[in-house]
Amino acid sequence: MDASGIGFTGVTVAYKGAVALDNLDLDVAPGEIMAIIGPSGCGKTTALRAVAGFVQPTRGRIRIGATDVTDLPPYARDIGMVVQNYALFPHMRVAENVAFGLRARRAPDSLVAERVRDCLVMVGMEAYADRYPRQLSGGQQQRVAIARALAIRPRVLLLDEPLSALDAQIRRNMLGELARLHRDLPHLTVLYVTHDQTEALTLADRIAIMRGGRLIANGTSQMLYRAPPNRFAAEFLGRANLLAVRHEQTDGRFARVRLGDTVLTAMAPFSELAGEVLLCLRPHDIFLAPVSVQPANTLHATVTDVQWLGDQHSVALELAGQVLRLVSTPLRDPPPPGAVVAVHFAAEDASIIPEGTG
Amino acid sequence: MASDGVAVLPAARLRLNGAWVVPPLGILAALFFYPLALIIQQSVTTAGGLPDFGSYARVLAGPLFANALLHTLEIALLATTGCLALGFTMALVLTFVPFPGARALSRLIDTFIALPTFLIALALTFIYGSAGIANMSIMQLTGAEEPPIDFLYTVAGVVLAEVTVYTPFVMRPLLAAFSLIETAQIEVASSLGAGAWRIIRRVILPAALPALLAGGSLCLLLTVNEFGIVFFIGAKGVITLPLLVYGKAIQEDDYTAACVIAVVNIALSLSLFLLYRVMVARVDQGQRGA
Repeated sequence: MDASGIGFTGVTVAYKGAVALDNLDLDVAPGEIMAIIGPSGCGKTTALRAVAGFVQPTRGRIRIGATDVTDLPPYARDIGMVVQNYALFPHMRVAENVAFGLRARRAPDSLVAERVRDCLVMVGMEAYADRYPRQLSGGQQQRVAIARALAIRPRVLLLDEPLSALDAQIRRNMLGELARLHRDLPHLTVLYVTHDQTEALTLADRIAIMRGGRLIANGTSQMLYRAPPNRFAAEFLGRANLLAVRHEQTDGRFARVRLGDTVLTAMAPFSELAGEVLLCLRPHDIFLAPVSVQPANTLHATVTDVQWLGDQHSVALELAGQVLRLVSTPLRDPPPPGAVVAVHFAAEDASIIPEGTG
Repeated sequence: MASDGVAVLPAARLRLNGAWVVPPLGILAALFFYPLALIIQQSVTTAGGLPDFGSYARVLAGPLFANALLHTLEIALLATTGCLALGFTMALVLTFVPFPGARALSRLIDTFIALPTFLIALALTFIYGSAGIANMSIMQLTGAEEPPIDFLYTVAGVVLAEVTVYTPFVMRPLLAAFSLIETAQIEVASSLGAGAWRIIRRVILPAALPALLAGGSLCLLLTVNEFGIVFFIGAKGVITLPLLVYGKAIQEDDYTAACVIAVVNIALSLSLFLLYRVMVARVDQGQRGA
């Protein structure tokens, strides 16, 4: 089966004058898992529903593969969809639920039986074919929902917060299974909407971050995490320390910035840096340094709070009126609040964000 | 004070003695069981007050009774079918094809339940009666001598009136059932390639089945016992069991025959009610799963 990508071109969705999706341009490559993340009301679900055909764009076009599907009804779009509350048909047994799409396409009985069995095996639910949905746990219901979506061999799979209704342990397991499923079906293009950045980082090849109906950032998971293009992306995807610094000079991949009297070096993934910029430091990339050794990129800060979280220590620091938080493996001898400590970081682990964006 | 650790909850019931059962039972007996017993007694008693168990054979074997029973069942079944079809369609549209004023319309339809049933019969007479608006307009337009629409004084007229009156009784439970169907189920069905008909047949109808059974049984009960509409329309030759009871008792003073027919009518109603309970219980059980 040929893989099909998804393309949004200038897609705007407005309900009664309120813009839910604002001029979205986004391409999902064939066989890719793209996660759309953002806070509630950011437009991520609207984008997914526009691909499914449940909302009609006010402007713009949507493409699946080479087909412009903007004006096609949902049943003609060849999509598989999995939603938060599973939406299994309660009066049908598991096997009938999985067969639903094939029956709607008038597939011959032999094909239906074979495909239903294959899909249930794929999600590990073959022993439950004769059960009713109400006899299954949440995680099992979601597996059936995934099997039902895959049974029609859809061109794209749309996942709308598929793990949000599950508890933490099952969610972790399901994440692993979704990743395995995609390894088994490498041609399947997946659009994954979630508010959970961990799910996005674990599963997605690329991540699109949205806010207020607009696309704020879009790139590979690694790139967005290591070099966020703006403040919102940095803060939404993982935790970040954003220190206000002054740009002095860019030299190839690195930039020199000044924080008070201290000159620091960090990655400069974006050109046109000038004046006030932000230094993005992930909490686990900062290390407490012995005062005797002073490597490059060292800052002196006052400890304001120390928390022990079992497998790690979280230390809050204050320097020149700014807050800096670091996490480390458990410290044998944590500094007391009020102590002045030296911390340092590697230039490769820090990046500069143009100030004022996002 | 170890025993304090175990809290004893007071029984969640009023502590009244057995004498309190007497007043409600007394009222029930006076208002319901006694008249019912009188009817049954009268049905096996001659006008002279002598026991007569032959009255059943005499009345039930007559052509009048057979005709009335047939009409009663025919009208009840047709009207119930009409109520189910119309109620399902209307509830479907009101729920899944949202339009401005849908809520107001469903409230308006609800108010039909509050209206006296014969009022609809009267309204239909104004529209479709021999001197009604429809016939008069057509006669004026075409110059016809006879009213061209004459279905009102037939079984069809009675059925139309009953469908109009009793459809809300089907719609209410249906609207409640539809409101419980997740939109996501319909959307997923649609994404899997199902068109509107398949979604109605395979997703909505099964979810609505208990409501359809409940509403349909209720309609059947009400239409079997309907008196006002049949009486008001006064269709020629359309006599139902309640109408026959009225005729025998009030017009012919034949109380024995009236009571025999009434007893049959009660038995019919109770069997329908039993059927309704069994159906609802079976559907409930099916939904809970074995």
